[in-house]
Order: sequence, then C-alpha cells, then structure tokens
Amino acid sequence: MSLWSRTLFLAPLLSLFWGCHATSSTSTFTYVNGSEPESLDPAIITGQPEMRLVSALFEGLTARNKKGEIEPGVAESWKISADLKTIRFTLRHARWSNGDPITASDFLQSWERALNPLMASKYAELLYPIKNAENYNKGKIDQFDSVGVRVIDPQTLEVELENPTPFFLDLCSMPTLYPVHFASLKSEGRNWIKPGKLISNGAYTLKDWKIDDRVILQKNPHYWRASQVQIQEIAALTTSSATTAFNLFYSGKADLIMDKGLIPTLMIEPLRKKPYFHSNPFLATYFYRFNVTRKPFNHPKVRKAFALAIHKQQIVEKITRAGEPIAHSLTPPGVRHYTPPEGLPRNIALAQKLLAEAGYPNGKGFPPVSILYNSSELNQQIAVEIQSMWKEALGVHVTLQNQEWKVYLGSLDQLDFDIARSSWVGDYNDANTFLDCFVTGRGNNRTGWSHPIYDQLMAQSATEQNTEKRSEILQSAERILIEQEFPIVPIYHFVGMSLYHSEKLGGFEANVVDDHPLRELYLIEASQK
Amino acid sequence: MIPFIFRRLILMLLTLFTVVSLTFLLMRLAPGNPFSADRKIPPSILQELESKYGLSGTIGEQYLSYLKDVIRGDLRISTKYRDWSVNEILAQTLPVSMALGSVAFCLTLLFGIILGSFAALYQGQWQDRSLMLVALLGISIPSYILAPLFILFFGLHLGWLSVAGFGNADQWILPVLCLSLPFSASVARLVRTSLLEVLTQDFIRTARAKGLDESKIIIRHALRVALLPVVSYAGPLAANLLTGSMVVEQIFKIPGMGPFFINSVLNRDLFVVGGIVLVFSLILMSLNLFVDLLYTLLDRRIKLS
Repeated sequence: MSLWSRTLFLAPLLSLFWGCHATSSTSTFTYVNGSEPESLDPAIITGQPEMRLVSALFEGLTARNKKGEIEPGVAESWKISADLKTIRFTLRHARWSNGDPITASDFLQSWERALNPLMASKYAELLYPIKNAENYNKGKIDQFDSVGVRVIDPQTLEVELENPTPFFLDLCSMPTLYPVHFASLKSEGRNWIKPGKLISNGAYTLKDWKIDDRVILQKNPHYWRASQVQIQEIAALTTSSATTAFNLFYSGKADLIMDKGLIPTLMIEPLRKKPYFHSNPFLATYFYRFNVTRKPFNHPKVRKAFALAIHKQQIVEKITRAGEPIAHSLTPPGVRHYTPPEGLPRNIALAQKLLAEAGYPNGKGFPPVSILYNSSELNQQIAVEIQSMWKEALGVHVTLQNQEWKVYLGSLDQLDFDIARSSWVGDYNDANTFLDCFVTGRGNNRTGWSHPIYDQLMAQSATEQNTEKRSEILQSAERILIEQEFPIVPIYHFVGMSLYHSEKLGGFEANVVDDHPLRELYLIEASQK
Repeated sequence: MIPFIFRRLILMLLTLFTVVSLTFLLMRLAPGNPFSADRKIPPSILQELESKYGLSGTIGEQYLSYLKDVIRGDLRISTKYRDWSVNEILAQTLPVSMALGSVAFCLTLLFGIILGSFAALYQGQWQDRSLMLVALLGISIPSYILAPLFILFFGLHLGWLSVAGFGNADQWILPVLCLSLPFSASVARLVRTSLLEVLTQDFIRTARAKGLDESKIIIRHALRVALLPVVSYAGPLAANLLTGSMVVEQIFKIPGMGPFFINSVLNRDLFVVGGIVLVFSLILMSLNLFVDLLYTLLDRRIKLS
C-alpha cells in the first residue's frame, strides 16, 4: 500500500468497515482460480475451477501427478485380474484431516452416495464402468449390494467392472470417485462442506470460503505425504473476468493463472512472447455439429461438402492465435495408446462436386440454414469466418444465430438447430472420452446421428483386451465419424495456457490433461535461486 | 403521519408480493433450464434435481410452494451454488455492497452538493462552465470505461492502488470513485439548476434585505429548499448504490451482490434472482418512504396525508 493512499482521509474510516486480509505474505501462494465454485462436494461438481480445489482437498484411490500421469493415491497398490474385470485395491494407512483412519468402506459409502439417484450427481456416469452402477443410478435396482464394489477388509476394496476398462484407474483419480467423511456428513447436515466443518483427506483443508472472493486452503498435517507438500497456505481467487485475472497477475497480486479462459483473448498474441507465458497441448477440441435429422444436413454429402470447405488454418492463425493445432479428428493427438485417423484435408473442388451431387449445384436451391453459437466474441468471430468460407467456396449463404448459454443448451438438446458450435474436453486420457459421445442415444450426441457400425465398434472396443487391437477398433470408428459421415466437423484442438514466473514457482509441468495439482507446487525462495 | 406510514407499509407488502410472483413466473417461463450444463444430464437425474429443488409439478404448484417458503423467510438453496442457501449468499454479499455503496453514496452527495452550489454561485462564469463540462463528462463516461482507465493509470502505470480485490483501504478508493463520480455529476447539475431557481425567489430577497450574511442565506435558507429534488433523487440512488453495481464489482473483483444480479439471470438461478429482487425492492421502497418522511423535515409546507 502506498503512503499516498494511507494518508487519504477516508482510509482509516474505510478499514473499520471491513476486516483486512493479507493478500500476499511469504508463506501464502495466490492464484486465480476462475469463476465462483458451484460446490466443493466431490460428488456433484463438474467444472474446472471446482475440480482444481476439490482435488487439493480430497484424494481418490489414485491421483494425478504434475505430469498428468496416474499414480497411487489412497490406494497403495492394486491387482488386476486376468480377465481385466476385477481390481483389488490395497489401501495405505491414510487419515482424514481430523485424524480418523480412511477405510475401504469410506469409498464404498461415498460411491454409493454419488450413485444414489437422490444425489442427482451430474457426473455419476463416471462410475458406470462398475458392474450394475448404471442400473442403480437410474433406479432400475434398489439394492446397492448388487453393484460391483465390495469391502474385503478395512484396507482392501474390490471393484468388479462391467467390461475391461483400461481407463478405470484414471477415473479413480476424478472427484466423483473421491471419498467423503460420512460421520461429519451425518452430524453437520448441509453444512458439512463449510469452512471449519469440512473433514477432507487431501493435501489441503478448507480454511475459509468467501463467496465470489476467495477460497483459502491450508496444508493438511494428516495427509499421508504431507512432508512432500511445500506450500502452507493457498488463496484461490474467484473471478470470471479474464481482464481482472490478468490485472491481478500483472500487478503481482496473483502468482499463477492456469486457465486459458482467464487470459484475455486479445492479449494472447503479445503475451506469447513473454517469459511468463506457458502453453501446452490439451485434450480438447472445438468443433461444429450438424443436425442430421433435418434437411439439408440429413444428406451425408452435404455435410461432407461443408466440412471440406472450411479453411481451418485461417481460423487458428487469424482468430484464436494461441498456437492451436488444427483438428482433423475429434480425438486430439497425444491421447494415450491411440493415434487418431488423418482425416480429410480441405478440398474445395470435391466439396463443390459433392454439393452438386446432393442436388445443390453452386449452392442453388439450398434451403436457409444458420449457425448456432452461444454468445461469445470468439464463437462469433469463428462463425463469421466460416460463414464467408462457405459463401465463397459453395455459394451458400448461412445466417448466424447466437443464444445465451442456457438457451443454447436447450436448443442443442432439443435438436433445434442446423449447425451448432461445440467443444469437448476429455475427462480422462483415453479416446473413449471423445468417441463415446457419438454412440446412438448418448446424451452428448446432440446431432441425432446414429450409425450401427459405429455403435458396434464402440461396444467391441469396450471388451477388447489387447491395447493395439482396441486402438485399431477405435480408429475405424473415428474414421466413420470424421471421414465418411460427418455429423461433426473438428476445427481445432485447444491449447492449455498458463501465466507464472518460472523462477519463482516450481512443480508446474505442461501435460495433455492440463491438470496441475496444487499439492505439487512450490515457491522458489530468493535464497535458493 | 402514522396512518400514512401504515398505508405505505401495506402497499409495500402488496408490491413485494407482486414482484416475487412476477419474478418467479418470468424466470420459470424463460427458455433454458437451471440445471442444464455443457454435458447432457440424464432425464432421470434432471427429474430428481427438479423435485429436490421444488421445481417439479405444475408451475402453479411450484409457485405456491415457493411463496410459502418465502413467507417463512426461507429463500431456498441456489440452483447454481449448491452448497449455499440464498439467505447465506445474501448475508455474505449484501454487507459488502452496502459498505461500499454507503461510502460512495456519501461521497456522491458531498461532491455533488458542493460542486453544484459552487457552479450556481458563479453562474455563467468560467468556474461554472468548466464545472458543468466536467459534470457532463462524468455523466457521459460510463463506469465500464472509467474503471479500466483508473486501473490502467493508478493501478498498473503508477502502481499506487490495487487493481482488484476488497479488504485493504487502497482497494476501496478506485471502486468508490467509479461508483460515485457519475452520480456526483448528476447531483451537481441537479443542485445547480435547483439552487439557481431558489435564489430568484422572494424569501431569498427578503433574507438579503434583512441584511443576512450571504453564506447563511445559501446554507440555511436556499440550499434547504434547493435540496428537495436531490432528496427525491437520493432514494433510488441509495438503493442503486447499496445493492451493488454489476460492472464496478465485477471489474474490481468485489465480493458484493452486484454481479449476482445479472449472472443469476443468465444461470437461470431463479431463487438467487428472487432473493436479490426481493432485497432490492425492499431497500428501494423503504428508502422511498424515508425520503417522503424527510421531505416534511426539509420543507414544512409539505404535509403527509
């Protein structure tokens, strides 16, 4: 605080109004976390800002490290059966933040809670690979006993899967599968999650939570590897404004921004040259959907023509400008055990030919269609660009339609659109998280598209035990999606972006899941430099 | 006076009832579901969520059960921030907005009245013209332009003041200025016009003829009457400032109620919207009542009936 501001006559009066909290002390690390967390309950959260906090507060059977890899968490080790359908986890002697031991039944109860239809967990489907979990969640069976989770003894948990699921250990590191402390849940009721009440098992405990201001985490001394956790206190600032986030970082009030949405789009280009700008490939794709239940996009040739006429390079160079790779496939490169198909390059001549074959030579007689997007500057710029590409290459004029977020989601669900902007962020490092969306009837399909061979291949991939063969099956499925049928057109893959001074902050590594656990971070003191 | 207040209170209750009912119905009729998300929610879970939040059944049933809860003082749980009740959200954010708003309010009146009177006394001279030009600028420059300019200059360029946040004294100055400057300008123009009119009236001439001190005439006699329009302006102004500004609170990252106003509508978080609208109308109506009472104190000719 400057002397000038101190001497202002209002200052002493003002400070009476509100207790001061220190924003920067040497032992506190401050970062901008994003919008106000919707909840800190592991069973119901879905967003990135919530996940960052919850994975510092809690820990599952497995955990992600700074490289984005899966490592043992509360489970010390696990044994997978020969048919790959049963996993037996051995738990370490870990403790809750109040000193209670963590047992296998904590996991069983917590998973039961997350799957309980009354909980209405939006991410419950992450537990569906477990035998009968889906039936229980959908209310088809009442007894949790038939769900494939068993407590063998306090330190041993056995999970029976519906099918071999190569990414199940990844899922174990996700919040929906974290344990919660049942005793406090019972005694505190709805307030169990509040600061001072929350009993957690992760590297940090919840010290304070001020709505729309900040969440303060304090190191948990009972955490099983507390000795490796270096930062004593973390302040996670709340703001959904990229400009404010950047101002805080730039003026030294925040040490880290690790969310591309919190970096002002207009500043990305100049920022890329700064030493504190860091980026990494990220498992997420920006794409367009076609509504295949309506004319004219019920015709695969029309969809293909539209897909082939997009100049993707121009979009990443002119609009997004953060070094995004253009997308030929829905699954981004870098997904574990999988190489996405090459896709089809831009080909205007072929696109024109296909459109003519579909009955619209040079776009003549093409019905009026529009691109639907949720209101945002970036979405609009891209839509305008694509609109002019289609006009130029195909002679088709599409109109633009923007809707407010919730209205846009409703339009997608009711298939009330022609073409719609979309994106998908991988939940875990496996091609399944992308390709499963387009199986017939999946909630996230949102195109009306259905293809028996695609569905069959996806089902086959779920039971295939050989990694290479599974990759081939998934590849053939993806070829149908992005080389033959085109219910969607991938446009570009996102990159993860972060701002921090690497001479001051350590433990932060680029990784494809764009997950940077807070427990791994450490401050580099001036004396150590 | 007592029957007047009593009648107004009854009217306030009726208005509150209408406001709450309209808000609920409009929010429910607007397209978009409070629980929809990026990722599609299975219909069974959506149903469960809706019944959990009292949003299942016909719209009439939903409305009646909501109304019952509101009457009991339970504004329900936010559909977006599921760990917090609306009462808790308001209890945390409203005091912040009110603290900031009350300082801005006092400053607005202080600046506005002093500058407005000054301009009126120097009517037509350079002091008056330059002040009114500044006031015009103040009214014309919206806070979403003023705030970033202030941040750029005082926060980033000079490094004197905090760019965002709330708590320390240096974090109060810029948001309070951004909140009060545009309104100060309006108040100054209001005071100037009104004071000029009052100064031509007979009772001022009489006061001067009596040989009263000019400063006494202005402060004790003229301003007292000239401030009446400011008083009626101050009611809605205070309600506006006390409940928080969407723009200023967002830009300066102040944990007040302002940003919830708009965001909750976008999130279809109908209970938070309901709660905010309720609080806002309550504050607005109470202040209007207060202003009417204040009138009688400033001008004895006004009788409440």
